Amino acid sequence: MIKILIVDDEPNILLSLEFLFKKEGYHVFIARDGEEALDIIAENLPELIILDIMMPNVDGYEVAKHLREKHKGIKIIFLTAKSKQQDIQKGLDLGADLYLVKPFSTKELVAKVKTLLN
Amino acid sequence: MLSNGVIISFTFGYLVLLFAIAWFSEKSEKSGRRLSTNPYVYSLSLAVYCTAWTYYGSVGRAATNGLEFLTIYIGPSLIAPLWWIVMRKIIRICKVQQLSSIADFISSRYGKNVTLGGIVTIFSLLGILPYTALQIKAVASSFDIMSVSEVGYELLSAPFYKDSAFYLALGLALFTVLFGTRHIEATARHEGMVMAIAFESIFKLLAFLVVGVFVSFFVFDGFGDIFAQASAKGLEDLFVLQGENNASEWFWMSVLSMMAVLFLPRQFQMGVIENNNEKHLDTAMWLFPLYLLLINIFVLPIALGGLVYFPTGTVDADTFVLALPIAFDQEWMALLVYLGGFSAATGMIIVSTIALSTMVSNNLVMPLLLVNDGFQKRYQHRLGSILIWTRRVTIFGIILLAYIYYKQIAGQFSLVSIGLISFVAIAQFTPAIIGGIFWKKGARLGALSGILAGFVLWFYTLVVPTMITAGYLSPSIMTDGLFGLGFLKPYSLLGLDEMSYVTHGLFYSLSVNLILYLVVSLFSQQSSKEHNQAVIFVDIFKYSSALDSSIVWKGQAFLPDLKSLLDNFLGNEKTEMALDEYRQISGKTLTSGIYADPELVSYSERLLSGIIGSASARIMVASVVKEEEISMEEVIGILRETQELKSLNEKLNLKTRELKKASDKLQKMNEALRMNDMLKDEFISTVTHEMKTPLTSIRAFSEILLDEDIEDADRKRFLEIIIQETQRMTRLIDQVLDLERFDSGRQKMNFEKTDPKICILQSADSMMQVFREKNIDFSIHLNFETQELMIDEDRIKQVVLNLLSNAAKFAASKIRLVGFESPMGLMVQVCDDGKGIKEEELPYIFEKFYQANNQTSKKPIGSGLGLAISKKIIEYHGGELSVKRLEGMTCFEFTLPFQSEKIKLNQEKNNHD
Repeated sequence: MIKILIVDDEPNILLSLEFLFKKEGYHVFIARDGEEALDIIAENLPELIILDIMMPNVDGYEVAKHLREKHKGIKIIFLTAKSKQQDIQKGLDLGADLYLVKPFSTKELVAKVKTLLN
Repeated sequence: MLSNGVIISFTFGYLVLLFAIAWFSEKSEKSGRRLSTNPYVYSLSLAVYCTAWTYYGSVGRAATNGLEFLTIYIGPSLIAPLWWIVMRKIIRICKVQQLSSIADFISSRYGKNVTLGGIVTIFSLLGILPYTALQIKAVASSFDIMSVSEVGYELLSAPFYKDSAFYLALGLALFTVLFGTRHIEATARHEGMVMAIAFESIFKLLAFLVVGVFVSFFVFDGFGDIFAQASAKGLEDLFVLQGENNASEWFWMSVLSMMAVLFLPRQFQMGVIENNNEKHLDTAMWLFPLYLLLINIFVLPIALGGLVYFPTGTVDADTFVLALPIAFDQEWMALLVYLGGFSAATGMIIVSTIALSTMVSNNLVMPLLLVNDGFQKRYQHRLGSILIWTRRVTIFGIILLAYIYYKQIAGQFSLVSIGLISFVAIAQFTPAIIGGIFWKKGARLGALSGILAGFVLWFYTLVVPTMITAGYLSPSIMTDGLFGLGFLKPYSLLGLDEMSYVTHGLFYSLSVNLILYLVVSLFSQQSSKEHNQAVIFVDIFKYSSALDSSIVWKGQAFLPDLKSLLDNFLGNEKTEMALDEYRQISGKTLTSGIYADPELVSYSERLLSGIIGSASARIMVASVVKEEEISMEEVIGILRETQELKSLNEKLNLKTRELKKASDKLQKMNEALRMNDMLKDEFISTVTHEMKTPLTSIRAFSEILLDEDIEDADRKRFLEIIIQETQRMTRLIDQVLDLERFDSGRQKMNFEKTDPKICILQSADSMMQVFREKNIDFSIHLNFETQELMIDEDRIKQVVLNLLSNAAKFAASKIRLVGFESPMGLMVQVCDDGKGIKEEELPYIFEKFYQANNQTSKKPIGSGLGLAISKKIIEYHGGELSVKRLEGMTCFEFTLPFQSEKIKLNQEKNNHD
């Protein structure tokens, strides 16, 4: 089963994404902030990670940085409300495979995840 | 006894020392260390006032006239505080007008008049000659006392080539020429000379104090002993003040010395010409009187000591200072005293002759040469060297004449009586000078007639008697009056014989002088040039900075002519430099071949004035300028223009400063606006960001719900979430609008008399459920009397709720709500035991969305608007909301003032913001 990690500090968003991807047949892990995310990564390396940026303690940028240093093969999708051009650029520069802006289309997200994992 | 050789070696050694001091200080001046520009050096150099007269003569005078010698020092001490008014003005005038002497000063004030300058020069020469002779006499007789053990009087009859005084005079003249006539500009400072004179002042004071201490404490047993022994000899008269007659004597003598200390050529030279900073007067005003006090302390003790010790009539009282140490075999002390006296005399001779030589060259010889066209043409290219040589010859001439005067006349009189005659001569310039700087109507004819009459009277009442005593005139003039007319007796004109002869002479000469000056001035017409100078002198502080534009030359000069004129005196190099400077100051370009404008003509005249004197400069410039007659109206017009220009300039400066201030203010406002703009941008981006969060959930769940393939329980759960999130959005929008209304002052408050206790308790009650869920230990302590306050109940509840829910988010286990009375009103604290707020974040936590400020990590504070709104609400109530650490807890506290007026006021204020 393909493992997906979803990181967001907003419970309702976590809930919706978890529901969505479980239904699609993925093994879904969730984390409420960057710190939790790093713990899960250390134990259970996922194939793909959906990352919010603004989170307490460790933010999304740092998680992405860590992943790009240690685990190059993991696909990274930034899913964030930060929609300024420079934010997007920064995210892509950090090595993200995709940058999606909230609010997002669930269909689109699921489709993109599928493409990335194939 | 010391041998003549030793004394002569020391004398010349002393001169060499002076030379070295002067030379080194000029050298250090050039290398930038300005020793002579020190207020103490300046003040000490003024002590050139104390000459051999003071050094030897005061004792002599005290031995015959008692305390009266003091008047010569009381006058200057009394007038010293006035220097700030009189001296400063004269100094400023001389600097601005480039004046080089007292003759130049008077001549310049009264229309740059040649005659007046010449007369003042001649009278100064006549007046100072006896004074200089006095110095030679003092040096000669002290040398004589030193070299011969018995006090001898063969001095005067010795032929000059055997007379040591003659050689000393020559030596002094040489020294003065070497140091006084090095620069051609008479207004240039003689730094070396100033230093040498300051040194001499210290030296003579020390020497005099040494002999004073010796006589008072070694020869006698202190002052008491001297006075006791003097009383025993019947000498009380000398140290007890006497009756009325004495009072007028004291008054006139003090007045006399007041004038002398200002206008003696050497005082004018040191005090005015050599001054380079008006502020130095501050120091001189106290140091100079102090110096006079010190040098006079021992005068009476020495005089009485001499009278007690020497049998009456055997020793000249003028020589007590020297005779006492010799009598007690203190050879080396005697040598020191002799050198001190020598230094007092040389100081006077050097400075006086330099001052007089400038006057003679600039106000006598130069104008005479220049008036004659033939001379002028013939010597035009050698005028510079003529000038210098005139000064050198004058210095030698004055010293030789003084030597002759000493040999022929002065030898027979006491030091002080000769000195006083000189003082009275110099006093004749007072009306013209003081009137000149304070009274615009003071006119040339008035000055001329006053000075002439004053001098005739001075000569008749004071000089003629000395000539009679010396055997040059018939003694019958003294006893019967001139031409046998009884009312013309020199010592009792018009039968006035109650005064001493000096006071008598001063009284007549000065009164007639003053009356003539005033009356003739009132009835005579000033020429336009004279009026121009009068206005500039009297109002010097108004014109000194703007003088460059006060043009008195109306005509134009051919530039090459003017340049060659300057070349003659300044030399090519300095002329170019001066013209360069003019170009810089005026901002004009000078192309040769064209005409020089009046401004440049005036500038050149002032340049020349510093070298050859103002009257001569006027003649020289007139020779190259085709002048049109300038009328009085034009002069006044020009002066007024200058004034207006100046005040206009000041206004302009003021305006510039105001503009600068305004633009600074504008810049600050601009900065504030930009800051505001930035905050607004940030606010909007934060609000939209905050809105996206619920929106995202709503969209996600809505899309999920679109799929029919969902269990009912899930469907219900998701719909509830959607509703929750829309509520969250509504709340957010409400808060943003709320805050916007507070910011713009449009927020309406509902102030009603309310019990705050109930209000707080109700808010707390609605949070109980949350606390229970989170397992928080909540306590509430309201320790105040129930008292109704004018508050908006709903808003205060909102604040308390906000604080409590914030606390609930951060608290570890405990929350405490406290209310009590404080000086600022009712104080409410909400404290939690969470980890607290970082010090550096404290200033920002009440800002909207502070949590989102340029940071990527979000803090769990909800919308981020709660605290900002709470703060506004409390401020609308006239209170304050703040945060602090207290007993390990984070405490938010707010106040509600008891007075309702303040609330209203604050509401109004906020409404108008």
